[in-house]
Amino acid sequence: MKIHKYDTVIVGAGGAGMRAAIEATKRSRTAVLTKLYPTRSHTGAAQGGMAAALANVEEDNWEWHTFDTVKGGDYLVDQDAAEILAKEAIDSVLDLEKMGLPFNRTPNGTIDQRRFGGHSRNHGEAPVRRSCYAADRTGHMILQTLYQNCVKEGVEFFNEFYVLDQLITEVDGVKHSAGVVAYELATGEIHVFQAKAVIYASGGCGKFFKVTSNAHTLTGDGQAAVYRRGLPLEDMEFFQFHPTGIWRMGILLTEGARGEGGILRNKDGERFMEKYAPVMKDLASRDVVSRSIYTEIREGRGCGPEGDHVFLDLTHLPPEQLDAKLPDITEFARTYLGIEPYTDPIPIQPTAHYAMGGIPTNVEGEVLLDNTTVVPGLYAAGEVACVSVHGANRLGTNSLLDINVFGRRAGIAAAEYSAKKATHVELPENPASLVVEQIERMRDSTGTESVSVLRRELQETMDANVMVFRTEQTIKTAVEKIAELRERYKNVSVQDKGKRFNTDLLEAVELGNLLDLAEVMAVSALARKESRGGHYREDYPNRDDVNFMRHTMAYREVGDDGTESIRLDYKPVVQTRYQPMERKY
Amino acid sequence: MATPTLDKVEDAKPAEAPSPYIMVTFRIRRFNPEVSAEASWEDFPVEIDPKERVLDALHKIKWDVDGTLTFRRSCAHGICGSDAMRINGRNRLACKTLIKDINPEKPITVEPIKGLTVLKDLVVDMEPFFQAYRDVMPFLITKDTNEPTRERLQTAEDRERFDDTTKCILCAACTSSCPVFWNDGQYFGPAAIVNAHRFIFDSRDEAGEQRLEILNDKDGVWRCRTTFNCTDACPRGIEVTKAIQEVKRALITRRY
Repeated sequence: MKIHKYDTVIVGAGGAGMRAAIEATKRSRTAVLTKLYPTRSHTGAAQGGMAAALANVEEDNWEWHTFDTVKGGDYLVDQDAAEILAKEAIDSVLDLEKMGLPFNRTPNGTIDQRRFGGHSRNHGEAPVRRSCYAADRTGHMILQTLYQNCVKEGVEFFNEFYVLDQLITEVDGVKHSAGVVAYELATGEIHVFQAKAVIYASGGCGKFFKVTSNAHTLTGDGQAAVYRRGLPLEDMEFFQFHPTGIWRMGILLTEGARGEGGILRNKDGERFMEKYAPVMKDLASRDVVSRSIYTEIREGRGCGPEGDHVFLDLTHLPPEQLDAKLPDITEFARTYLGIEPYTDPIPIQPTAHYAMGGIPTNVEGEVLLDNTTVVPGLYAAGEVACVSVHGANRLGTNSLLDINVFGRRAGIAAAEYSAKKATHVELPENPASLVVEQIERMRDSTGTESVSVLRRELQETMDANVMVFRTEQTIKTAVEKIAELRERYKNVSVQDKGKRFNTDLLEAVELGNLLDLAEVMAVSALARKESRGGHYREDYPNRDDVNFMRHTMAYREVGDDGTESIRLDYKPVVQTRYQPMERKY
Repeated sequence: MATPTLDKVEDAKPAEAPSPYIMVTFRIRRFNPEVSAEASWEDFPVEIDPKERVLDALHKIKWDVDGTLTFRRSCAHGICGSDAMRINGRNRLACKTLIKDINPEKPITVEPIKGLTVLKDLVVDMEPFFQAYRDVMPFLITKDTNEPTRERLQTAEDRERFDDTTKCILCAACTSSCPVFWNDGQYFGPAAIVNAHRFIFDSRDEAGEQRLEILNDKDGVWRCRTTFNCTDACPRGIEVTKAIQEVKRALITRRY
């Protein structure tokens, strides 16, 4: 076991982690621990753009952007945070441009902007061009640009280090972050990183679904690490299903395709979104479009022999426009479906895409212990966190924005905290004991259950029961199945017993994280007896502001006999300017 | 009462529906220094739909047959650059290569990319590759004394000038397909030059001269023998050899 000492440790090297690292490295001795090489992070898969009311191509302002974000989140958004997001968006985009990001340009040389779902002029009058973009690889460009600037700033990376535990020490009765424990993939060695401040920026957990746009590596490691230490997870029932995933594969096809004029059609060729969202049509918010697609499918208007998908039609757009603005997604259609998007529509279905919930933080990125108390020295930003700027449904292009605005804020706040704190908090006794025990048990197990079988069953039950449409019955089915899988998980074993690059072992650890988070999600969803944003209950089809205008806070409880359970509590929503209204697009 | 898996649903179909599945042999280069100092070939027969990816086959092997098979992967659709490997003798991304496109009649060989130290099975040491990348100063350098308040302006034409080289995902398929790199690990390699090109030809950047001097080194662009392996290997369709030629030309003319 090795012990390292840093001022600031950042967990994860996607957009939020690297944006934080650029700030933290300037202000404190910083290490970035990342389970992937930084440029492998899933920020790179984001396509369509980053929202900011630059008003480069038409009238726009941050207040309209704030309103759209609040409305898009079905009023579960904390409005003070949304206002910060929309205001700081402008400088965030300009900062990236100055760092070198090659945005597409307007004829007069400024950053070009395009339409995106849910972003509107003057509180819903019509779509507005707010998304700053670089073809359909904006996330790739953000990830590359941030990595380039990390190289420039000399950021210290520990590549292929898996953080498996969060260390907490009580000082005068107050829980402080003391550091993290990591597993080095190349050697199997355990490392303890003692740090004054820790920032989680480890991304989402979409891999508990089967049809998902998420990478294999998005297994909620950060959320699980803090949750197991008794810290809450907020709003985990809210998961976004992106309307246009490649049929059966789930690979993302950007909403920018509809921003450029693409149209969704059912088997009769009908532009069905006109029925569901007369003003915004195909550019309504993602939860609305995904439900509309499944309504078409359920009512027998789906395409294909099994009627299980609809079409994204780009055939009316000039090939030059597709080549210039949507080169990657048209290539995905060719590579994975053998379809030529110039002439043929692309079969799509909603795909599990984004966790609105996560580790609760305030607007400085400080992690919350309960509804109001922060954990000194602990921070989170990006998809792993819940500020909450996305509420019950995130708007497209607001996540690339979130990672930049709140990654920067968390990086500054954590490093300033480290800088003014004279000494490190002491490590708990035997800091690596939990991880060592976990790894050894897994490696030595002779159990009969297989990781891949359990994971497949988890993904199938999640797709079948807690996806776009949910009922008490389906969620209970999921809860029971997850409980069964958690029991069977105690009996998993791995074939690879070695130390070097033991990805077999890590997949087993990742499955444990997915099971914990799936349970939190299902239990939180069961208790929310209303429909709001991405959480749609067929048995409670309306939003219920009287009983549920509040954030869910889920805590892991361990009884005296060692039995685990989830305790749900609730946190008020911060409302400033906007009173809840019926949501129409 | 497990939910049936997709595979089982397919199996349960009446016999008249032809199964899309075929048997394919994957011949994989195995190496685990904890077990043996020697690398060896191992065959795995896999029942698979030929419309699936090579990565899907590797997963089937790892998840259902041999958990010790080790490779890197993440996004599974050609964006993250984790799973470059040598498939039937050519560098490709496993997640972007469909089985039907590489003749599944014969055994499909899968090996680690060449020129970088193999650590285990298909996993290689990427550090020398990233070091070459870092050496070309892959970040925008400007000498602005008064940074603009808003964005720097750039015409659409100037932006287009370096568009191709911005697509790079640092997968190393190009560099590890280059015979010069195989023979001499000191050569910067195509990927580093591509990333230098991305800044040299960016109208906003002001350190082109410095980067050109770095690439004027004995291990720089002049080592390129224009074999076009890199262009063939690039999963992003970047015209890598052309980019290298443009850097050579810029070194001669000092115009970029």
